[in-house]
Amino acid sequence: MIAGYNTLSMGTGRKEFNPKKERPGLEEYIREAGQGTLAKIGGAENVDECVIGNFMASRFNRQANLAAFFPYVDEGLRYKPAIRVEGACATGGLALMSGIKSVLAETAEVVLVIGVEVQNTVKAIYCADYLAGAGWFKNRKNGHAYFFPGQFSDRAGSYFEKYGREKTRQALARWFRNAIENARLCPTAQEFHNTVHDLEGQAKMEPNGKSFVDHLNIFDCSKVSDGASAIAIVSQEGLKRCGIPVSQAIEVKGWGQVEEDITKPPADPTELSTTKQAVKNALAYAGITRDQIGTAEIHDCFSIAGLMCIEAIGFAEKGKGADFILEGNTSRTGRVPINTTGGLIGWGHPTGGTGVHQAVTILEQLTGMAGDAQVEITADQPYGLTVNMGGDDKSLVSIVYKKAE
Amino acid sequence: MSYEERLQHVSVLGAAGKMGSGILLLTAVEMADLSLKPENRGKAYVLNAIDVSDEALAGVMKYLKAQVLKLAEKKMVGLRKVYAHRADLIDNDEIIDQYIFDVISLVRTTTRLESAYDSFMIFEAIKEDPEMKIGIFSKISLNNPHKPWFFTNTSSIPITKLDEGAGLNGRIIGFHFYNPPAVQKLVEIIKAEHTLSEVEAFAQQYAKNLRKVVVPSHDKAGFIGNGHFMRDILHAAAEVDKLSNEFSFVEAVYALNKISQDYLVRPMGIFQLVDYVGVDVCSFIMSVMNPYLENEDLHCHLLDNLLEQGIKGGQYSDGSQKDGILKYEKGRPVAIYDPGTKTYVSIGDFQSKVDGKLGSMPVPPTWKNVVGSKSKDEILQVYFNGLKQTSGLGAELARTYANRSCAIGQQLISSGVAMNENDVNTVLLTGFFHAYGPINDYLK
Repeated sequence: MIAGYNTLSMGTGRKEFNPKKERPGLEEYIREAGQGTLAKIGGAENVDECVIGNFMASRFNRQANLAAFFPYVDEGLRYKPAIRVEGACATGGLALMSGIKSVLAETAEVVLVIGVEVQNTVKAIYCADYLAGAGWFKNRKNGHAYFFPGQFSDRAGSYFEKYGREKTRQALARWFRNAIENARLCPTAQEFHNTVHDLEGQAKMEPNGKSFVDHLNIFDCSKVSDGASAIAIVSQEGLKRCGIPVSQAIEVKGWGQVEEDITKPPADPTELSTTKQAVKNALAYAGITRDQIGTAEIHDCFSIAGLMCIEAIGFAEKGKGADFILEGNTSRTGRVPINTTGGLIGWGHPTGGTGVHQAVTILEQLTGMAGDAQVEITADQPYGLTVNMGGDDKSLVSIVYKKAE
Repeated sequence: MSYEERLQHVSVLGAAGKMGSGILLLTAVEMADLSLKPENRGKAYVLNAIDVSDEALAGVMKYLKAQVLKLAEKKMVGLRKVYAHRADLIDNDEIIDQYIFDVISLVRTTTRLESAYDSFMIFEAIKEDPEMKIGIFSKISLNNPHKPWFFTNTSSIPITKLDEGAGLNGRIIGFHFYNPPAVQKLVEIIKAEHTLSEVEAFAQQYAKNLRKVVVPSHDKAGFIGNGHFMRDILHAAAEVDKLSNEFSFVEAVYALNKISQDYLVRPMGIFQLVDYVGVDVCSFIMSVMNPYLENEDLHCHLLDNLLEQGIKGGQYSDGSQKDGILKYEKGRPVAIYDPGTKTYVSIGDFQSKVDGKLGSMPVPPTWKNVVGSKSKDEILQVYFNGLKQTSGLGAELARTYANRSCAIGQQLISSGVAMNENDVNTVLLTGFFHAYGPINDYLK
């Protein structure tokens, strides 16, 4: 993969954001991200196929048929094959998978992939309805007003009960602090302007079930974001065509793409079992152990999901995720820096774009192009890992990367 | 009759006014919430919105719809439970639309006073005219077989006078909201001499359900809020007169407005507050209060003089500020009215001259930064300590103003309007959004 590009993650937190003023629409985000990547790969004529990932433009923006926006990105993309994919918040990951498979099937040497979501068209209370589409609609009626915060609050409640509340809440507060501190190093991050001094203190605010959910507060939640990311997936032939040096590319070493039954509740709410399976598949495919991972971008749609994902990957045993975080292992100087530009809580979560954003961040980190957010990648831990989750641990894409040689 | 039964048929008089529409909104929501309880399903709830103009009443319905929408969005977590039995309402927006419909459909707008003849309770927010209020109360009381209770929003007329005038035998209480009622947390409850205990109990329950802060006030004209505010205006007006050797009229008004806002750390200056309430309203409240006051003449020549020239202030129906003593651009004062030339003089023309004469002052904290601060008390003490040690005209005016405000507060207690210092401070803090109560030790 090469030529990653992220737009700003726009929404509360950014100084430019004013909900009462008109903002760029879906098409502007698509165009900015697409043109950003095209400029790096020598233009649209080098592209064979296009994939766009988007979750819910049909409701947020009353727009469908998104593949037809590629010629709007660049006239050179007219009449080229393009497809739109959807898998809730794992949409971006699935868009990457679609591109990877085209390259492996040798139907394309260069695939342009864009992930996009523009969500600030409605207030959070309506946004909750739209995002609830990631769950089984028959569960919506009995679900919480804030449907997914409700789902993960229930998971957090179960986790607190099983493994203890106090330390877990401390770890979630640390998770928030790491996310914001990392976001401050990335100019496109939604929390880039955050200047709060006592982040952990802020994140320890008691949850209030009367106005929100019982076990999580707003600092435990990812952002409502407008944003898009783009990247090019290329074969070796494609890399040459685009004129990009190998040193600026990363190689896909393996993946796990798995689905779980959307109609079934989790067997164990304290565990992300589908995530566990996806990561297991990805590591096996790549033929590596988790100890060789130097940095990871994981799906912290909620802080508790971040913690459980760490356990699902196997960085910590079940029930020990809080210790792993509190010991500093996930910080940017820790054993395995996680979400180095802020993740979904700090950088932002434009749902359909998140999976692509994760790939762009790993590309930047493994090739030394992450700017102020750069972490050290050592020779004995050269791999990057992404975990992109759709719904409540239902659609999963996990990919292992390494700097191309 | 229980609390819930009494709220099954209610009328709001003056429902299209600024206060009345807010009372209508709060009451409609309270009634709708009762009607949505499982045990009350199927019961009829009626809220008459009575006013003199059909046009104004049409505007009220738009206001209600917009406000109930905001409210429903805020209390969505609870509303999902309320509508849990409705299988057809799934998404939040469907529930919100239904809630708006359920609230709005209780409300019947009408220009006919006769509608109130069926109500169990009457909220009144009409003009501050004792004779008009007494006339209407009498008429409803004579024609309504339910012996309804009257909740008057008067901010200045003694409740006992209304009770006796209309022959209500204690079926009345002062229930004084602050402007705008939907936002302001404060309610002053004023018992008349013979207010029935069950009326008072209902008033307390109603205020609690509306999550209001209640301050009891004795039945003396103006109660606590206007008791302080009107005398505060008189002080400012007297200071404007005193400064006439030093300053022109517009300069003096500017100086006092600045002192009372910036140097007393208040949300707005005294003359801007008069414009906000309305020059005519303030003048009228004084005239209503004045006959009931002993050894005091509550009368403001400055306001009368401006009113004669048609300077009224007040607000447009969208809540934006009309020009009054001050002229506004985007809600900020930009000029001051000069009765001599009958024109507005731009503040920029004299600002630096007046500021210079006021002299150097300790830099005051802004009201916005103080009001929500945890270390409010410390910040204010540091500032007022600085003010104590500053000489010059501005500092002197600020100290005199603060001391007078404190004295007005104490006068309200000694004259039996307020029960204690805390009640006075609570009214100014919650009803006027001051950052601190007028009775304090900052300058001692």
